[in-house]
Amino acid sequence: MATIVFWVAAVVAVLAAAAVFRVDSMARATYALAVSFIAVGVAVLVLHLDFIGVITILMMVMEMAVMAVFMVSYMGMNPALMPMDMTHSKRPAAVIAAAVFVGLAAAALLIPWPARAGTAAADTTRALGEAIMGSKMLVMLTISPILFATIIAALVLANPRGRYDRLGDDLRDAPADPEQGGIGR
Amino acid sequence: MKPARRHGISMVDVGNALWALILPGVVLVLAILAASGNAALAARDRGTSVRVGVFSPFRETGRLLRQQRRSVLGADSLLWRIGGSGLVIAAFLAALAVPVGAIVPLDIPVGVVWFNAVDVSLWALWWLLGWGSNSVHPLIGGYRFLAQALAYEIPLMFALTAPAIGAQSLRLTDVVTAQQPIWFALTIPVAFIVYCASVTAFSAWGPFALPAGTDIAGGVLGELSGVDRLLVLAGRWCLLVAGAAFAVPMFLGGGAGPLLPPALWVLVKTCALLAVFLLLGHAMPAIRPQRLAELGWVVVLPLVLLQLLVTSVLAVMGKG
Repeated sequence: MATIVFWVAAVVAVLAAAAVFRVDSMARATYALAVSFIAVGVAVLVLHLDFIGVITILMMVMEMAVMAVFMVSYMGMNPALMPMDMTHSKRPAAVIAAAVFVGLAAAALLIPWPARAGTAAADTTRALGEAIMGSKMLVMLTISPILFATIIAALVLANPRGRYDRLGDDLRDAPADPEQGGIGR
Repeated sequence: MKPARRHGISMVDVGNALWALILPGVVLVLAILAASGNAALAARDRGTSVRVGVFSPFRETGRLLRQQRRSVLGADSLLWRIGGSGLVIAAFLAALAVPVGAIVPLDIPVGVVWFNAVDVSLWALWWLLGWGSNSVHPLIGGYRFLAQALAYEIPLMFALTAPAIGAQSLRLTDVVTAQQPIWFALTIPVAFIVYCASVTAFSAWGPFALPAGTDIAGGVLGELSGVDRLLVLAGRWCLLVAGAAFAVPMFLGGGAGPLLPPALWVLVKTCALLAVFLLLGHAMPAIRPQRLAELGWVVVLPLVLLQLLVTSVLAVMGKG
């Protein structure tokens, strides 16, 4: 049963990923990718990695919902609203894709994978949490501020009207916003 | 998704499978009750006959089933119908995680995250509903929903985290056990209130109904007709029911209660919370999504984080 579900999920993941480049609309391409990720999440669930599987589905669906909005809004003109080709630089892309596929498939089939040593933890979610928050805590502590700083920097660069524009140099003026915020500022 | 049992199929497995089969029916019946109750409240507010109001969802269902389904030129029917039929399915998937007495149809160790994943899928479904119709007002409605979702989703995620931290487990049966003396609704009230508000928001209902607002000609509902419209309207009510049902193991002590069997208590608590949703939904003004964003991030988010801090400190102290 688990084998069947795994293979169905794997085939759906590959087909949906291929559909990303076959369809002719931004929305369809985005959500074909979302279906592919959901299938990957299901395959991970079959491996009894419940947390990773469900969180993959959660994050990717949310990400695709946001990505669709950005893709459509940044598309300039309005080809996002018309049928359009989802591919470009076809020949180099095909070569790279084929090479990567052959390389990965060869690695998967040819590497003499070691037999499993030991058994899985009873609660894989807890084991994962302890691994991240225990021995790998230093990595997380380093990455988190960098990621956070990147987000803030991107926001500062992208924000057309910061608080000094809205509230004046001494931050005391009444803001002239096109829409008033929810808490009366 | 759980590991295969070694000793064949037990009675519990049979019960789980049966419940999973009849669950959609139960959710639909509760959704019809909620829709009728809502129509009765609306009739009372308007001063028209409550008895006529109660049956209006049935009349509307009959009308929509007979109505021919329209489409718009250039509509992306595939995405539109996925969005329309997905709401009901999402509601069933969310309700599947709710333990009903000894029966736990979806007994995965990460039931809390499961619900979160299902509610995030609503971002996609409501937007697809707006996008697929290829017309202005539904599209605005779809984007309104996303704006609203940006405001409620992060507070909702932390509100879902609080009971999990209180119980120190993501498994719903553990969350229920952890509230044996006293419900999480009382010990972590901020998370409970934020959860309830978010449920009405992801159902695009009550004060959060503007993605389907009359000011934009019905928004996401604008171009829907016939059975497509019926599915979306039913989906909204089913989502409200699923949200109320999921609050029972998370905040209302699960099936715990005197006299009645646990399964019945789950039902009673679900109906009670639904009634509260309906009454409050009618008493509150609509909240515009652009105002909700600031409210959600400047006021609600810090409150939920504070709640989470208190819960975490208490959990660590209780453990040590």
